[in-house]
Amino acid sequence: MSKVYINAGAAISAQATFDGGFLENAVINRQDVFLPAIEPDYKAFISPVASRRMSKAVKMAIIASAQALNESGVSVPDAIITGTGAGCIIDSEKFLKAIIDNDEQFLTPTSFIQSTHNTVGAQIALGLNCKGYNFTYVNGAVSFESALLDAIMQIELQQANNVLVGGVDEMTPYFLELQQMIGHAKSDIATVGSVQSEGAGFFVLANTPTESTYAAIEDVTLYNKLSIAELPSFITGFLRKHHLEPSQIDLVVAGNNGDVFDDYYDKAAHLFRNYAITVQYKQLTGEYFTVSAFALWLASRIIKEQHIPEILKPHAVKHKAIKNVLIYNQYRGLDHSLILLKRV
Amino acid sequence: MELLKEELKNKIIEVLNLEEVVPGDIADDAPLFGEGLGLDSIDALELIVLLDKDYGIKVTDPKDGKVIFKSINALASFVAENKTK
Repeated sequence: MSKVYINAGAAISAQATFDGGFLENAVINRQDVFLPAIEPDYKAFISPVASRRMSKAVKMAIIASAQALNESGVSVPDAIITGTGAGCIIDSEKFLKAIIDNDEQFLTPTSFIQSTHNTVGAQIALGLNCKGYNFTYVNGAVSFESALLDAIMQIELQQANNVLVGGVDEMTPYFLELQQMIGHAKSDIATVGSVQSEGAGFFVLANTPTESTYAAIEDVTLYNKLSIAELPSFITGFLRKHHLEPSQIDLVVAGNNGDVFDDYYDKAAHLFRNYAITVQYKQLTGEYFTVSAFALWLASRIIKEQHIPEILKPHAVKHKAIKNVLIYNQYRGLDHSLILLKRV
Repeated sequence: MELLKEELKNKIIEVLNLEEVVPGDIADDAPLFGEGLGLDSIDALELIVLLDKDYGIKVTDPKDGKVIFKSINALASFVAENKTK
């Protein structure tokens, strides 16, 4: 089976992650319950004629994927695989609202066409004139990991030499309100739930490393429902499959978001407490279904640059060489995922 | 008629999300499709729905669109003659 390398990556998030920097100017916002993505100047990348029907998610994904492809030197990938939890929810709301407002009449095509989840992958492919494998995964908080798993298999099984894979989600005021009503999102900073956000992360994976390679992806695994007691064996079992012990992990990237399910992350951190540095990142990015794409971007850059941004260090630690990195994410006690990266 | 032309230009800009365009950019006799504004078939569907919703005009034969949507002048004349609301 072919190995899988991350040869390029780009992220759009609530931090200025699109400008080439590495969280040097990152800011922790402790006041707001929603952190909007810092969007690039779309006009510099997409013509107004082309972008007029595109929602925020589509535009973020097109630009993040364009940056990743540019970095990788790949003009047209063999496959495009997208993960999204809520899809193009801005246009979904627009379309549904038009149905209600107009008594199921006068339905226009644009917002319907743009409301489907696979619009993102379709628009990327149209822009690149890519007629290869194109798939979209909509699996809640493991949407991105599902896309990543497919991308890895495409390369390992030699169905593709390179794959553009990414995750994207956008937020609307109404969707946020619904999340707040059910207690998943914070209504104010003192309430339960998590701070919500949005963003996009896209990567070019390939079977051959290049000078720009960030890391190798060893594996990704998903598990829908786990008790806290079952978590250690889930993690150690995954590591053993790759002949690793917790003591051989140098860095854990954990998805703590401040809600009551952070106990899972505490349990995971406990497993590595004597060996690895654990960094958390959602204080910078907030929570959204495909935020683990940001975690992959972050972990990849840390491995490549052998540098942990100051704002993420739990304390003034001097770290050893970072060779093996484990990304752990879950959302509300469900949709657990592990991604294992290795330095090349 | 001038008021109707201005109204149609504003509606077209809004419905088709032509962010970079202002009513003054659309010449009354310039083609809306192809050259000119560069609209496409999805825009044609949006305009057909617009006529139905705002003016009570049902365009039943899509082929008629070529004449109706030729320019703002043609569109305004068609709306003035056929509108039911």
